Amino acid sequence: MPIALRNVSFTYMPGTPFQRHALRGISLDIEDGEFVGIIGQTGSGKSTLVQLFNGLLRPTSGEAEINGIITSKPEVKLRRLRQQVGLVFQFPEHQLFGETVEFDVGFGPRNQGLPDDEIAARVRDALTLVDLDPEIGQRSPFDLSGGQMRRVAIAGVLAMKPSILILDEPTAGLDPRGRDEILEKIASLQRERGITVILVTHSMEDVARLVDRLVVVHRGAISYDGSPREVFRHASSLTDMGLSVPQSTLVLQALRKRGWEVPEVALTEEEARQAILTFLQRRDMA
Amino acid sequence: MPIVEISGLTHNYEGDATVLALSGIDVSINAGEFVAVIGRNGSGKSTLAKHLNAILLPDEGRVLINGMDTRDEALLWLIRQSAGMVFQNPDNQIVATVVEEDVAFGPENLGVPTPDIHTRVDESLRQVDMLEYRGHAPHLLSGGQKQRVAIAGILAMRPDMIVLDEATAMLDPVGREEVMGTLIRLNREEGMTVIIITHHMDEAVRADRVLVLDEGRIVLQGTPTEVFAQYEILQRLGLDVPTAARLARELRDAGVVLPAGILTVDQLVGALCL
Repeated sequence: MPIALRNVSFTYMPGTPFQRHALRGISLDIEDGEFVGIIGQTGSGKSTLVQLFNGLLRPTSGEAEINGIITSKPEVKLRRLRQQVGLVFQFPEHQLFGETVEFDVGFGPRNQGLPDDEIAARVRDALTLVDLDPEIGQRSPFDLSGGQMRRVAIAGVLAMKPSILILDEPTAGLDPRGRDEILEKIASLQRERGITVILVTHSMEDVARLVDRLVVVHRGAISYDGSPREVFRHASSLTDMGLSVPQSTLVLQALRKRGWEVPEVALTEEEARQAILTFLQRRDMA
Repeated sequence: MPIVEISGLTHNYEGDATVLALSGIDVSINAGEFVAVIGRNGSGKSTLAKHLNAILLPDEGRVLINGMDTRDEALLWLIRQSAGMVFQNPDNQIVATVVEEDVAFGPENLGVPTPDIHTRVDESLRQVDMLEYRGHAPHLLSGGQKQRVAIAGILAMRPDMIVLDEATAMLDPVGREEVMGTLIRLNREEGMTVIIITHHMDEAVRADRVLVLDEGRIVLQGTPTEVFAQYEILQRLGLDVPTAARLARELRDAGVVLPAGILTVDQLVGALCL
């Protein structure tokens, strides 16, 4: 089991006047190879939650076991865990620093003390995984487009060969095509390499289309955990939590209010199109 | 009278005349307009925005803001005061530890007398519906609230227009709506000129006019209805049309009778239920 949290709470600056409870009594299991979306309003605790996943934070109370490492035990070292769990922060291209793409992507493996040929192989592999031509390796990352820079930054995390990949808003600030390309790549990493992928996002459309399971974090607790189809049925409570539902679902819900017999949820345009056509056909026959 | 008049604007990248960030841009924007600029990453959108308050200066051509040439150094502060900018990351724009002090920062720097500053801060915070948070610490606010404080900070300088460079990119859905709702209200009720740069087509739909940039040129412009009717061109440019527009198009292809020009969920549902 890669991720198992039992009744985990996290408090920032406990015992001081600035004490703030970010997470309260969270229990969550994530299996190997799952594709999980996490949504929640700014300040809901979702960033704290993912930092528990790679050992940047340890629980204030409760038990957390990640890839067999019990992070809730203070004596347990977390260095190894951070190699296994790759965390891609928001706007990761802001953290690029290398003179060449190759140097930047190889930074993690080099720090691990791997031999040069292994580093080179990993850099090539990681660049290929994000659909960048390894030829790009000699260029400065700062000469690339925004979408390419983002992919270089993700390649830097992939070069560590993580078994769990966490991405915080990987598509923010990308144009529609760049967004689709990155998401497709992420989905194929999960599908073809069996990497466990956790996607933190404000885009309801992206999670609807991609993930198998959707976890909703609200005020430091998990308020929904299920398939996107189950979760998006709760449109009005999601809105109360600062969230939303996919546009295709909005269309069906507005039609239902007008008396149309269509399903409550459509995860994609194609589903909404089918639902509307089916309803119209039945109505025309009647 | 146009508030923005750009003619023949060309911008080289870091002195390299072979890579043009902007190439022969001609556009004018009238006072009170709400304009959305869309385009791929690297198409020149942000470069264009930076010409609107003289952060960047033309290599060729001319940019006039309220009739003032951005190359005239003597007018720099007047231009910056006329055209306020809000950026993507709210945390990089907040300078003070209390909301009202943050909003006061701009007018203080302009040398506005203290009693007037109080009036301006009150007014600006009321305009973005954040007056009750005046004594709060900005870092404890939500993303949408922080961006509204950033907008208030700009309003306190009494600008003629406000330019937002992907100001909603980091916000959750409710935060995005707070910011868009605020901008639309400022535009409709107070006549503020608003220019947004965005990757969200559902935001561009709400503008009066959409400009599409590609490789440093304006390749398409018009009302949202006109621009988003050009589905093939937008696709080729790596852009998109709003979900409701795409769905309407697919339904039309399947034989459902729907009028042209559907852009929003409400329009689509209204047309289906006629």
